[in-house]
Amino acid sequence: MSTLAPLVLLLPLAGFLVNALFGRLLPRRVVAWVGAGSVGASFLVVLAIFGQVLGGQRLDQTYWSWWATGDFSVPFNLYIDPLSTLMMLVITGVGFLIHAYSIGYMADDPGYSRFFAEMNLFVLSMLLLVTSGNFVWLIVGWAGVGLCSYLLIGFWYERTSAVLAARKAFVMNVIGDVGMVFGAFVIFLNLRALDYGTIFARLHQLPRGGTVITAICLLLLVGAIAKSAQLPLHTWLPDAMEGPTPVSALIHAATMVTAGVYLVARMHLLYDWAPTAAAAVAVIGAVTAFFAATIGTVQVDIKRILAYSTMSQIGYMFLAVGIGAYAAGMFHFMTHAFFKALLFLAAGNVIHAFRDDQDIRHMGFLRRGLPITFWTFLIGTLSISGAPLLAGFWSKDEIIRSALTGTNTLTVALGVLALITAGLTAFYMFRLFFTAFGWEWLAHDERHLHEAVRVQTVPVMVLAAFSVIGGYFAVGSFLNPVFGEARQIGAGTQIGIGLVAVVTALAGFLLAYQLYARRPALAPAIQARLRPVHTLLWRKYFVDELYDRIFVRPGYALGAFLSGVFEPRVLDGLATGVVSFVQLVAGDWRAWETGRVRRYALWTLGGAGVIAGYFAWVLLVARSAP
Amino acid sequence: MGVPAYYFLWLSGVLFTLGAIGVLIRRNPLVIFMCIELMLNAVNLAFAAISRYLNSLDGVAFAFLVITVSAAEVVVGIAIIVQVYRAGRAMDVDEMDLMKE
Repeated sequence: MSTLAPLVLLLPLAGFLVNALFGRLLPRRVVAWVGAGSVGASFLVVLAIFGQVLGGQRLDQTYWSWWATGDFSVPFNLYIDPLSTLMMLVITGVGFLIHAYSIGYMADDPGYSRFFAEMNLFVLSMLLLVTSGNFVWLIVGWAGVGLCSYLLIGFWYERTSAVLAARKAFVMNVIGDVGMVFGAFVIFLNLRALDYGTIFARLHQLPRGGTVITAICLLLLVGAIAKSAQLPLHTWLPDAMEGPTPVSALIHAATMVTAGVYLVARMHLLYDWAPTAAAAVAVIGAVTAFFAATIGTVQVDIKRILAYSTMSQIGYMFLAVGIGAYAAGMFHFMTHAFFKALLFLAAGNVIHAFRDDQDIRHMGFLRRGLPITFWTFLIGTLSISGAPLLAGFWSKDEIIRSALTGTNTLTVALGVLALITAGLTAFYMFRLFFTAFGWEWLAHDERHLHEAVRVQTVPVMVLAAFSVIGGYFAVGSFLNPVFGEARQIGAGTQIGIGLVAVVTALAGFLLAYQLYARRPALAPAIQARLRPVHTLLWRKYFVDELYDRIFVRPGYALGAFLSGVFEPRVLDGLATGVVSFVQLVAGDWRAWETGRVRRYALWTLGGAGVIAGYFAWVLLVARSAP
Repeated sequence: MGVPAYYFLWLSGVLFTLGAIGVLIRRNPLVIFMCIELMLNAVNLAFAAISRYLNSLDGVAFAFLVITVSAAEVVVGIAIIVQVYRAGRAMDVDEMDLMKE
């Protein structure tokens, strides 16, 4: 395994280098093969590692020492256990499908090789993030995925909105990165180590629930919520939908945005040691899940709805890892990667069919035109809504169950919130589905719509298959060696809570069916009656406006003050003052500055002569005088 | 012991004065450079003579330092002169007075 693990990283690196350096010279077919092939090959290697991990093997090997001063050193070590293996499987597996899909989706784009180079770089950074065995390389990967996110959101850089969205995402992520770096710094200050093994071993030197461990966990949480678009650093994710759709599927749905969940799960020993910080994780997760779901109910841009849905589902994962149900959180991460990547890719097909129009009110009647996309999107919708026996049902149910059977009231309250959110999820997803895909009786026009090419539909169908069967993968028992045995819950309670969850989702579905399929006239009427609520949700709770008032405008005002008042008056005044002072003092001495070299030489020699004369006087006259 | 040390010092003084006069009265930068070299080497001669007179290596070591510095200085100086020549300016230090600006 110690030779296989670096190979997982080197393959996407090679793909990135080839496409970045020679991509413009290579034919498109080669670029596509290199881009998707490197990730696919990496997936095969991960499968081999997966087999070895199933056999009970682990890896924490140092490959080289990056730098060392005194007794402090930063090694490059890879840490392979079931948790990182699960992450690698999803990143390379779903990543490969999305790369393959991109071959068709990006076929007409002039930036073809740039796209694949950046996607490969992303896969590399993400793999580095999950396999690194110490904080320094974790932060390298963490910053790398942020960079690729920035590059790919702004992929169509001739659009102003894309550039602004990319910048927003970058700024928000850097706020999180600062939290991460400070967190790692506090860990190093207190535990004198940066590699996971030593940190976990020395953890118990710190008092349980003490200030230090809580501060560490909260600082890491800042990084996690920025990367995972949780409250209050969530505003970048909906805007990030400016990027190409495969990017939204891979980075802003399946993998990168779940890095925060991975971080908390990886550091679960720390969070177990800091109950306050863990509770903060759970509260942020549950509140974000609810908050984002409510916004999702009124939006009209198909990708933005999916973005809010992503925020909401990651909120579930945060809730899970916050209440200690780490395996449930990672399970939901996996199923979410399947069905959300599916939804985004299918949405990409729809957007192409409608020539880049993303407004769901302009869509409809897709069953005849795009049958594969229609049925796969329906499977994804059912899976995310928690329809029984599909993947999303099992994982979401496990989270809700863990919360509702929790031992303290806060956990149970958050569980109830998560349950309500499950109903909302079914509602907004079926609202999207009914409006955009439309039943026959809703069809108001006959348009000539084309299904996407095979290279786009096959990955979607594969993902649809996994969205169905993904719930039967025994992720919980696979992760047991990492997180320990999960709490046992009686079969009666399990079935009961499962039924409640299904009924809630069914209620959401029926409401959406009534409003958007049966009686389309009803929705605008209700919307008119609830005007203030609708406005609040439509404007996303005015968070962007709030940040604009608190941070952006004072920033501009400060800038205007500095450039309009401070610089001309104070700084320039100082400089001018110094100049006029020097001119005043220098005055007549300037005549000496003739620029004639020979005159300078004469003065120099004259000066030397005076000095020599003085010494001669001292030696010959003054000494012989007494 | 052959030639007394003060002979060398006289020679050094004469060379130094010749060099200094050259720097002052000539206007061609190349000739001025050669005169500066003459002055430096006059000093080197004094260093070497004193060094031998006192039976110490300090003076010789200093002479080597001077040689090194003068070599470096010639490199920079010649480069400047070549650039000035390429710019089509007259080879006359009295005309090269832009540095006062």
